[in-house]
This record gives sequence, structure tokens and C-alpha cells, in this order.
Amino acid sequence: MTDAPNDNGSETKLVAAPQEQPSALMMWLGLADNSFTRQKTVKFGDPTAVNSGRLYSFITVIFLLLLWWVTTSQGWVKPIYWPSFEAVGNRLTKLYEQGFRNVALWEHVYISVYRVLTGVFFGAIVGIPLGFAMGLSSVARGLFDPIVEFMRPIPPLALIPLIILWLGIDETAKITLLFLAALFIMIIAARSGVSGVKISKVHAAYSLGASKFQVLKNVILPNALPEIFTGIRTAMGVCWGTVVAAELVAAEKGVGSMIMIAKNFLQTDTVVIGIIIIGIIGYAIEMLMRLLERWLIPWRGKG
Amino acid sequence: MDDADHNGLSVDKVSMVFTLPGGGSVHALNNVSLDLASGELMSVLGPSGCGKTTLLNIIAGFLAPTEGGVFLNGHQVTGPAAERGMVFQQGALFEWLDVRKNISFGPRMMGKSKKEWGPKVDHLLDIVGLGDFGDKPVYQLSGGMQQRVALARCLANDPDVILMDEPLGALDALTREKMQGLVLKLWKETGKTIVLITHSVEEALFLGERLIVMAPRPGRIHREYRLPFAEQGLTISPREIKASADFVEKREEILSMIWEMEEEIMGRASA
Repeated sequence: MTDAPNDNGSETKLVAAPQEQPSALMMWLGLADNSFTRQKTVKFGDPTAVNSGRLYSFITVIFLLLLWWVTTSQGWVKPIYWPSFEAVGNRLTKLYEQGFRNVALWEHVYISVYRVLTGVFFGAIVGIPLGFAMGLSSVARGLFDPIVEFMRPIPPLALIPLIILWLGIDETAKITLLFLAALFIMIIAARSGVSGVKISKVHAAYSLGASKFQVLKNVILPNALPEIFTGIRTAMGVCWGTVVAAELVAAEKGVGSMIMIAKNFLQTDTVVIGIIIIGIIGYAIEMLMRLLERWLIPWRGKG
Repeated sequence: MDDADHNGLSVDKVSMVFTLPGGGSVHALNNVSLDLASGELMSVLGPSGCGKTTLLNIIAGFLAPTEGGVFLNGHQVTGPAAERGMVFQQGALFEWLDVRKNISFGPRMMGKSKKEWGPKVDHLLDIVGLGDFGDKPVYQLSGGMQQRVALARCLANDPDVILMDEPLGALDALTREKMQGLVLKLWKETGKTIVLITHSVEEALFLGERLIVMAPRPGRIHREYRLPFAEQGLTISPREIKASADFVEKREEILSMIWEMEEEIMGRASA
């Protein structure tokens, strides 16, 4: 059999790859499909047949920037509604050099990020054990379930008036608000992480001689880590949105307070810069968390 | 109890009745008794709903029987313990640990040092053919390799009895045949008592020194066989055994037995 021609008498010959290959640039720009998609006959409805369309993204960005440039330089839009490129550039230099209201720009950013991290940290420290208890014990579940289910649908912003009444407007008040925003997210994430354990893993551990505590530490905890991490990521996002809003209401420092105060002085350029910074930081937090997740929990979704 | 000085596994008149939330009850097992001498390999076969998994869970100690009891070397089973190891179908490995940490889980939980379990785990890795995979995360392994890890993890604890719940059920046909050879080899080399639950008549016949066929509603032992094939499998090739007239005849006999049970259930359900 070996080295012999195959059944129909011809030698085995590989079909050559298709001659025409679109350039890497065309593929990167999303103007050409890769060779898998090109040979598909069903493309509409196949999610993998939709490519990045990167060229169109560039078109969108360039169009928006052009629109900005033309409308402001031609005076079609008054600077008070939307500032010109130049004004934003000048303001950014000024903010960078002198800060805003005697507080350096980086400090406004830092204080907002610091509040978020502190709130999420305490939310996790309290929420994870509570979520575990609720997932493991009927008593804990019964005790905390009404509170968790009641608080879950309430947007954290709705708590601001009460928090101000109780705690005033100092740092404690803000961190308490963020703590509450993160707490219920973390409880629910930890609880569902615990409840999601495959019973065969728990049974396997007991059959290997593990004690209850060892099952908790070596099976239930690591098994819940992906869910807990998702909780932290969600909490970070929610808290970032909440901190900006809380600073809009009452704060001396922070990106949110910066744009609110700037508004009162009709400094639209500062407002726009603030909004861009908020967007960039929110995006950076999300990206950082995804990176951390890939690094810390490589087994996610592979059980 | 005449089983007090019995060396081996004994299931004594075990019945299991589940009460349904809406009233009514299900007789999952009715008066099941069997005795396994130390070192015997028994396969358990039956149509779905015959209570074979319930039986295994009772032996493992995950469920307490409504009546009767399970005894190992004379003492009664009251919960899971390291003396009775389990091999599950799939997905019972700890995916956050690498292969070596999975296999050494039992010894580590018992507070043994790496000096004690290290050489043993290396030896087990060789036996199951995963010598080069010790440091790999388990989720990078194929289904067949994962089940090899599950077997090794169970053996690392040196249990008296190994309970296997469809351990090869999720594997493709070829991998499954290869793994059957491995199970047979491990059984012979370690001399463990093994209870194997399977849906595959061929697997039950080939691996079971003893084979019980269970019947459903209520779950009970229907027939019991003593078979030569497992012993033959240590010297003759599995393919040859499975093609032999004796094997084929037994296979057809049991298949039609289970077929009839299924038909009867269908008939009762539609009546």
C-alpha cells in the first residue's frame, strides 16, 4: 500500500492555494475578506463573515474631526456651545501647566480614580464573604436576600441625597456611595460564583479526602474566581460612572467636579477636555481589567 | 450483620425512595444486595432510570439509602471518604490546577509532603501515559487525556474501592477503546476493587469480571453474569475478544434484554 498510487490510479496531489491573495493592508482595512470568508457562500447572518471595517472607522473619526474643525473655525457654532481645536489645545496646555482651580490636572484624575478603587476595594472585601455565605448557607441567604434583592435595582445615584443628608459631602460620603454601588454587585457575583460550582467537582474533592474547609478553599473559591472577577470589572465600570456623577453634585476635586465648575464659568473647552478624560480613563480601566483577567484566570470558561 | 468480618464491598438490601414535591414517590432502588470481594471488577448496566447512578452515589456516600446499608471491610459507609475514590464522566477535574496538582490533590489534602507524593505522582503520570504533561493546565488536554488524569488522581489516593460513573462516556469511539485497555491494565496492576457504571454493553462485557444488569421501576438487579473477557483481555487483543462468538452472543443477549425493558417502559408510559 505504501508509496503506491491511490485507488483511482492518480498520485495524491495537493490543490494549490488560491492565486489571488488580497494584500495584508486591504485585509487590515477591512476592504477584503480573509480566505475563509471568501469561500463561504452564506455570508449574511454569519457573524464571523463580518470583518473589522476599519477603513470606515477611520472615515467616521476623520469626518467627526472635520466637522468639529469646520463648524468652529467658520463660526457656525458659538465657542460657548462647542470650543475650537485651538481653544481646547490652549486650555489643555494651561490646565497641564497651572492646573484647574489651584489643583493639578493629574490630581483631579487621581482623586477620582482613588475614590473608585477604594469603593470597589471595600465593596469586594465585604461583598465577597457575604456572597459566599449566601451561596453556602440557607440562614445567610434568608437573612440577606431581601436587602440584596431590594437594593439591586436601585441606581447608586438615587442614594446621593440620603448619603448627603447622613454623611455630608466630604470624602467619607463619596466613598460610602461607591462602596454601596460596588457592594451589591460583588455580593451577587460571589453568590453566583458559588452556586455555579459543578457538584461533581465538590463530590470529587470529598472523595479525595478533603474536609469542608478544604473544599471551600480549594474548590469553591477558585471555581468562583472568574465570576468574582467579572463582578470586580462591572463594579469598576459602575463606580466610575457613579463617581463622576457624585462629583458633579458636590466636590472640590475630581474630574466630575472639574467639568461642573468649569460649566459655571462657561469654560466649555475645559468641559470637553474633562469628558474626553472620563472616556479615556473608563476605557483604560476596562482594558486593564481584561488584561488582568487573562493573566490571573487563564482557565476561565474552560471547565 | 453477617458482613461484619467481610473483606470487601457489600451492599445490603438497599432501597431508595424519593418523595416528590407534588406528592407521590419514586422507587429508585428496591432491595438491592450485592457482595464484591476485594480486587473484583464489576460493571453495572441498565436502561436509563434503572437507578445505577443512584446506587453508585449511595456506595460513594453522597446519598443515604432509605433502607439498608453499604459496608466496606466490615464498617458502614456514612459519607464520602478517601477509601472510596470516584472517577466521573467529565468536567470533574480542577481546571485551575495543572495536571500534577490535580493528581496530587488527595495526598495534599491529607497534609502529605511533596517528598511523599512527588515520586508517586510521577510514576502515575508514566502509567497513564502523560509523562510529559505534568506541568500542563488540564484544560489544554484532550478529553481522553483528561480522563487519564482523573484515573491517576483517583489512584494517587490509594483507595480500597474505585467507583466509576461513565468514565469513558464522553469520549469518541476509538479513544474509548484505548481507554478500556488502560482501565483493564490499571485494574490488574493495582488490584483495586472497581465498580463501573456504563451505558455501553460492549464496555460492560469487556471490562466486567462480573456484570449486573439492572431493571427500572423500581430499580433492581435483573441478571448477574460472571465473565471471562476481562481476564482474557490481559493477554489477548481487545479486538479479537470483541469479535469472538462467545462475546457477540452475550452482547446480543444483553442488548435484547435491555431493549425489551425499554419497550416495556415505553408501553407503560403510553398506556
